[in-house]
Amino acid sequence: MNIVIVGHVDHGKSTVIGRLLADTGSLPEGRLESVKESCRKNSKPFEYAFLLDALKDEQAQGITIDTARCFFKTDARDYIIIDAPGHIEFLKNMISGASRAEAALLVIDAQEGIRENSKRHGHMVSMLGVRQVTVLVNKMDLVGYREADFEALKAEYTEYLRQIDVEPVSFIPVSAREGDNIADASEHMPWYSGPTVLEQLDRFSSGGRLHEKPFRFPVQDIYKFTQSGDDRRIVAGTIAAGKVLIGEEVLFLPSGKRSVIESIESFNTLPKGSAVAGEATGFTLSTQIYIRPGEIMVRPSDPQPEVGTRFRANIFWVGRVPMSMEKEYKLKLGTARATVKLAEIVSTLDASDLRYSRTKRQLDNRDVGECIFETTRPIAFDLASESETTGRFVIVDNYEIAGGGIILENLSGGESILERHIRERESHWETGVVLTSDRERANRHRSKFIVITGRPGIGKRALARELESMLFRNRCSTYYLGMAAIEHGLDADLRLHEKNVEERLRRIGELARIMTDAGMIFITAVDDADDYDIEALKLLNAPNEILVVNVGQSDFYRTRPDLHLEALEDIAETIDIIADLLISREIIVDYQI
Amino acid sequence: MNHLDRLEAQSVYILREAYREFKSLCMLWSIGKDSTVLLWLARKAFFGHVPIPLVHIDTHYKIPEMIEYRDRIALEWNLNMIYGENKAALDDKQTFPDGNVDRIACCRHLKSEALKRTLSGEWPRYRMNHDLKRYVADDRKKEPYTGVIVGVRADEEGSRSKERYFSPRDSGNSWDVGDQPPEFWNQFKTDFAPGTHVRIHPLLDWTELNIWEYIERENIPIVPLYFNQGGGTRYRSLGCAPCTNPIESESRTIEEIIEELRNGSLSNVAERSGRAQDKEDGGGLETLRRDGYM
Repeated sequence: MNIVIVGHVDHGKSTVIGRLLADTGSLPEGRLESVKESCRKNSKPFEYAFLLDALKDEQAQGITIDTARCFFKTDARDYIIIDAPGHIEFLKNMISGASRAEAALLVIDAQEGIRENSKRHGHMVSMLGVRQVTVLVNKMDLVGYREADFEALKAEYTEYLRQIDVEPVSFIPVSAREGDNIADASEHMPWYSGPTVLEQLDRFSSGGRLHEKPFRFPVQDIYKFTQSGDDRRIVAGTIAAGKVLIGEEVLFLPSGKRSVIESIESFNTLPKGSAVAGEATGFTLSTQIYIRPGEIMVRPSDPQPEVGTRFRANIFWVGRVPMSMEKEYKLKLGTARATVKLAEIVSTLDASDLRYSRTKRQLDNRDVGECIFETTRPIAFDLASESETTGRFVIVDNYEIAGGGIILENLSGGESILERHIRERESHWETGVVLTSDRERANRHRSKFIVITGRPGIGKRALARELESMLFRNRCSTYYLGMAAIEHGLDADLRLHEKNVEERLRRIGELARIMTDAGMIFITAVDDADDYDIEALKLLNAPNEILVVNVGQSDFYRTRPDLHLEALEDIAETIDIIADLLISREIIVDYQI
Repeated sequence: MNHLDRLEAQSVYILREAYREFKSLCMLWSIGKDSTVLLWLARKAFFGHVPIPLVHIDTHYKIPEMIEYRDRIALEWNLNMIYGENKAALDDKQTFPDGNVDRIACCRHLKSEALKRTLSGEWPRYRMNHDLKRYVADDRKKEPYTGVIVGVRADEEGSRSKERYFSPRDSGNSWDVGDQPPEFWNQFKTDFAPGTHVRIHPLLDWTELNIWEYIERENIPIVPLYFNQGGGTRYRSLGCAPCTNPIESESRTIEEIIEELRNGSLSNVAERSGRAQDKEDGGGLETLRRDGYM
């Protein structure tokens, strides 16, 4: 079980752990002596914290820089104790430590009382989803082991925790330095009859009842090791909640595809008929459907996750650069990755004094805020109150995780970022004096954006070029846009090692809007387009029209291409088919080969 | 799920995350028990396959049983097995056994430097040819590995307890302990700037005891050097022959090793106590690690 120790700097977290390890005989023999010896040599007083602060840097500064793990065992179970730094500079390290914990020990100095990070950490621990919190009132020896001091602090901090909806499991008066109530009950505080820290650890409950919740399986990857002679197509991932059996129907979100669990795959185990929360496993499906990593597999009979592009969330920001509304970020939720924008800051909270502000326009380092986010394409998620793993996310800025959040509400259904962009763009669109009807009359055809989709390398480009050539020979105003042309031109500013899929697509769509406005039949080929790509291109090209020609296998689920071809066998014949389609849609009047 | 199940699931998740996110990925295999468990976990993660190249840095001073074992397993499990070396240092005899440098400098030459240059692709990589059953110099275009999976454990010693699961290194391989990226929940640092690479540590939460319990449970084949073969000693940590000493122990089987660890008879002996280079310069291992040593 993972336990995190948090609290303000110098309130004695590392000392509590050092004492816990020493008093339970969990230290290698000689470690205690050698640390004491080295203190004597350097003529500084021995502290239990030195047992942990093993790194040179830390001993020099006397503070915990990063999160250290200690391992220890009671008769009841194995523990990993995570020592989280209390210094404000290292908040992101504290969060890294606390986010892995099932329970927290929050240390407060009895003499110094509640300080900034006592509050901030209390709030963080709650946001991070740590439900079990025990408060250790430390350094009781410095206040004469007085019950009144303990009770006063307990009352004050309980009130604070109540405001942030945290109900502590217990308060324990301790002196880590003197060993009171750590592993053994204190003789100095006969007025206290509750558990020692060690007893409290064994009382925390582990695991929860995740397996009873609705089934959630974030798809991490799809494996097919054909080269090693293995034909299984395995949907791999870790079950976030619930349970699933062979033969059960499953639904993938956001795509909406369905299939049935054919088998549960594993290596070096007995055959499995079911899989439950926590297992890193894999499934084969009874039908060959195309799904991508990042979807959530659920059971149609369970309560469903939300699907949408807009949600309200509580977020903490630990980025070097503030989070702004101008910029696009990468969102990671479960196994899903999406492009996200901060759409609105509802309020920010100074976690040290619980004061709200409604005036901030950005999130600074260490800010906690309630915000509205928008992804460029729909993702599946849960509300954090319903399912933790699929209800929380991190934000990546400039290669680094810079913030984390928990989802409070699905706000989808309103106008998306793209729709708003199109509305604004159209309201400002500037036209010349030449009317669309003038162009159509002069060109003797209407404009169209023709998108050829399908897997890479199946001849889409050849088809697109041939189509351009045929239309041109028939005196149409037409243009084929090759991807290489924009990659090194219009898209040269997009860093090559990053995909920037959405932005690349947006630029193609904006180009299409201009070219079709100019009266052209504008042709391009897009690899592996899915429903959202086509919807985005349609929107971007609006009010002009799009025509989708798909070749071979596709990722479409809802999109009905205007023309679907199983394969590209005879290009001339295919051009005929497309030309007939263009005539029937009244784009062109006639054509000759 | 018990503690081992949870550790296994977490490691598998991390391995799959690495495989998904890093195009140029490798796994270091030191032949020791930890990285052999790691290799086994890869077979768990990928359903019997190991779709990631394994890299071993051969100092040519390894205990011979280690190399025999490496090549046998590589062939049996159909591994994409690669080794690298510091040929110049070996040719110039810039090694501790040759008496020309101290242990730390020897580690730096034969391990850290060889590792750095093998990962970057600057120095030759030798790949197991499964048809010829021997190594041949890799003539493929050598891409630097941007993701390197390593079997370090947090309980090994102080500096390792601070590691992240996904730990970025700059182009000089250096590790900035004070400024590590955050890791929240199960989200790791899988995005990285050009010129940097990421070390991935799926075994961070495992203890030495967990490793042996898992080897027993899964029946993982390991090098016999870990067992007392009659002389009353066994290796607890494996390295180069000149700098690695066995410990006194009667344990002849996995069960006996587990019992030995559980009953505390080794609690006053550090796991790497048989590794002579750790003892030079107070924080020898930490100094080496900042420099890229694993």
